[in-house]
Order: sequence, then C-alpha cells, then structure tokens
Amino acid sequence: MEKAVGILGLGCYVPEKVLTNHDLEKIVETSDEWIVERTGIKNRHIAAEGEATSDMSVIAAERALADAGVSPEEIELVIVATASADHAFPSTACLVQDRIGAKNAAAFDLSAGCSGFVYSLGVASQMVKSGLYKKALIIGAETLSRIMNWEDRNTCVLFGDGAGAAVIGEVEDGLGVLGIDLGSDGSGGKYLFQPAGGSRRPASHETVDAREHFIHMNGNEVFKFAIQIMGKTAKRALAKAGLEPADVDLLVPHQANIRIINSAAKRLKMPMEKVWVNVDKYGNTSAASIPIALCEAQEQGVLKKGGTVLLVGFGAGLTWSSIVLKWSK
Amino acid sequence: MSTFEKVRDITVEQLSVDADEVKMESSFIDDLGADSLDIVELIMAFEEEFEVEIPDEKAEKIRTVADAVKMLDEEK
Repeated sequence: MEKAVGILGLGCYVPEKVLTNHDLEKIVETSDEWIVERTGIKNRHIAAEGEATSDMSVIAAERALADAGVSPEEIELVIVATASADHAFPSTACLVQDRIGAKNAAAFDLSAGCSGFVYSLGVASQMVKSGLYKKALIIGAETLSRIMNWEDRNTCVLFGDGAGAAVIGEVEDGLGVLGIDLGSDGSGGKYLFQPAGGSRRPASHETVDAREHFIHMNGNEVFKFAIQIMGKTAKRALAKAGLEPADVDLLVPHQANIRIINSAAKRLKMPMEKVWVNVDKYGNTSAASIPIALCEAQEQGVLKKGGTVLLVGFGAGLTWSSIVLKWSK
Repeated sequence: MSTFEKVRDITVEQLSVDADEVKMESSFIDDLGADSLDIVELIMAFEEEFEVEIPDEKAEKIRTVADAVKMLDEEK
C-alpha cells in the first residue's frame, strides 16, 4: 500500500511592527477606504531593521518542529519557498538548515512566487512518499517590504512580511496529501516580476535609479489570471482525490486580495464560513500566506483530524497550485 | 432569453443590483457601482455564459449595458 504523507506540525511568525492603512496614507496618496474596498487589507506586518527572511524562517521552523515533536536531526530535507531570499546565493534554506541544526538535511530554495509553499508541499510530500526521506521541513517566508517600491501606491499597500513552516512525514493511512495540481504559464511572467538584480539586468546605478529592483505588477492581469485559475486548479486537485468542492471542510486560499478569495469561493460554491481569511491582518505575504493561515486555523481549533483541507495558491511565474489533504493531527 | 436579459441577469448576480436598475443605457461604473475589478469579473462571466472570448482591447471599450449587448451579439 502507498505510504500516507502529511503535515505533522505547523509554526508561523510575523514581525512585531504593524503598518496600518492610515500609516500608509502618510506615505503615498491613498486611503483606508480605497485599500479596504479593493483588497480587504487593513494591516500588514513589516520586518524590523536587519531582520531577514532566514531570521523569520528559523523562528517559524522551530515552532513547527516543537509542534510536531520532531528534532532538527530527524529532518532530511529543508525547502524554503521565497521570492525575497537573504541572498541570491547561498539559498535561504541552507542558512536555516545551519541555524536550526538540521545537520542531516539537504536544503534548497524554491521559486514559485506566492504558490511556493504549496509547490514545496507537493515536492516534499512526494520525496517522503518515495522513501527518499523520512521527514522534511518546508517553509514559506518573505521580507517583501525590502523589495517594495514605497512610492508606488498600486503595490506598496498590498504586501507584508512573515513566515510559516510545516514538518512533513508519514501519517495514518487514508490521511495526508490526497491530490496535487501544480501548474505554470510563463507567458504571464511579465505581469509580476522584479526586473533587475539577475543576469538579465545586473545591478547598476541605472537599475537602482529606475527602481527596477522592486516588485512590478500589472494588477488587473494578475487579478484576471487569479480568478480564472483558482476554481480550475482547485477542482483538478479535488478530482485527483476523488472529491468535490462540497466535501471540503476548510478552504485555505492564498491571501492576496479579498475580492479574489470571494470570487474563488463563489466559483467553488463554497460558503465563506468554510474559507480561511486573514488578508485583513497581514496583507499578501506571498509564499508565507498559506502556512500562516494554516497555523492560525490550527491554533483556533478549526483543523480537525480527518477533515478535508484544500490549499489553493497562485502567483508570480505565473504559477498555480492546489493540494487536498485529510488533516492528520 | 435575449442577449439583454442574459446580460442583465449576470449583472444582477455579479454587482448585487436590482434587475430594474439595469437598463440598456446604464453605465456599469457610474450607474451600477462597479469598479475596475468588478468589470474584469463581469467580462469573465459574459465569456462563460456566451461561450465567447472577448479580447482585452474590446473589453476595455465596454462602458454601458448596451456596449456589452452589442459586442456579445457581434461575437456570437
């Protein structure tokens, strides 16, 4: 019989500093009303000076290990999903591997934008299922505040910083990951990207002056993509698990924008009581949004053993990702 | 159902307005309270209902219910 693999423990962390919409009104020409109506976002957390993606990852990872009752030495794989790594290289995953003492682990970063955590769960769960590793640690973490253009009111109101982690391992038969749908459409890469800092446009005075090291986004195109893809990818993952939207106990969508979340719920004909929403508190934390949401849902007792949980992400790439799980703890 | 009736029903559903508010001359933004994100969703709903693909340059020209009805009749 095929090995059942799922989530053994969760941990998350958001920086202390909160930036409200009213704070933003003092930085760019915007209003609380406009931001709330268009996005549902009220607050976002911003990393402290000197606080980097690996720092937040380590805290979330240690909390997830404690929650799972797993020691760092048992971890054989560390994946960090991020678009705001500490460095171009080495990977943030290697920094985390060292700092938590996961000395038996392979480590790498995964780049799939806001889909990164669900992609990582797909990759790690299959590597554990295959028998290559027994336990893996996956982390979604972002310090987007460092790559945001604080003069662009169309983007700087949207994002926040934070990290979430999960320990992956064998679970009871019938539980854990049941269906995976990952996908991409690179033709849409131009709609959400950081133009400079890589081999195409290496850092120079010109790229800095032109603000090319910041997030550039065509919001309408990403919105359109998101509302088209979320229902489709969710249904594909459910079909692989032999389930229907009505079987889902909790939908945990990527927290980018309440309008996108509402639209996805409508397309799946799911009542909002079954949809986890925290975009109001954290903004879009990219790869960190789904594990932070899971972490909160667990803390509030919403995740029940045997309950069906559907994770749905979309983001830069463009990428999309859905995973259906029977909750295993 | 006529194209207008279909457009009206989708508009009622998407924008949570009353059916009698939706007239041929109604502007989605000025009269029916839509914003740019609503327009994107409306166009997608039209595409699904009428099984057509509306190119962006045409979608951008839709201001009123009459614009939508005319374009959907042409695309059919």
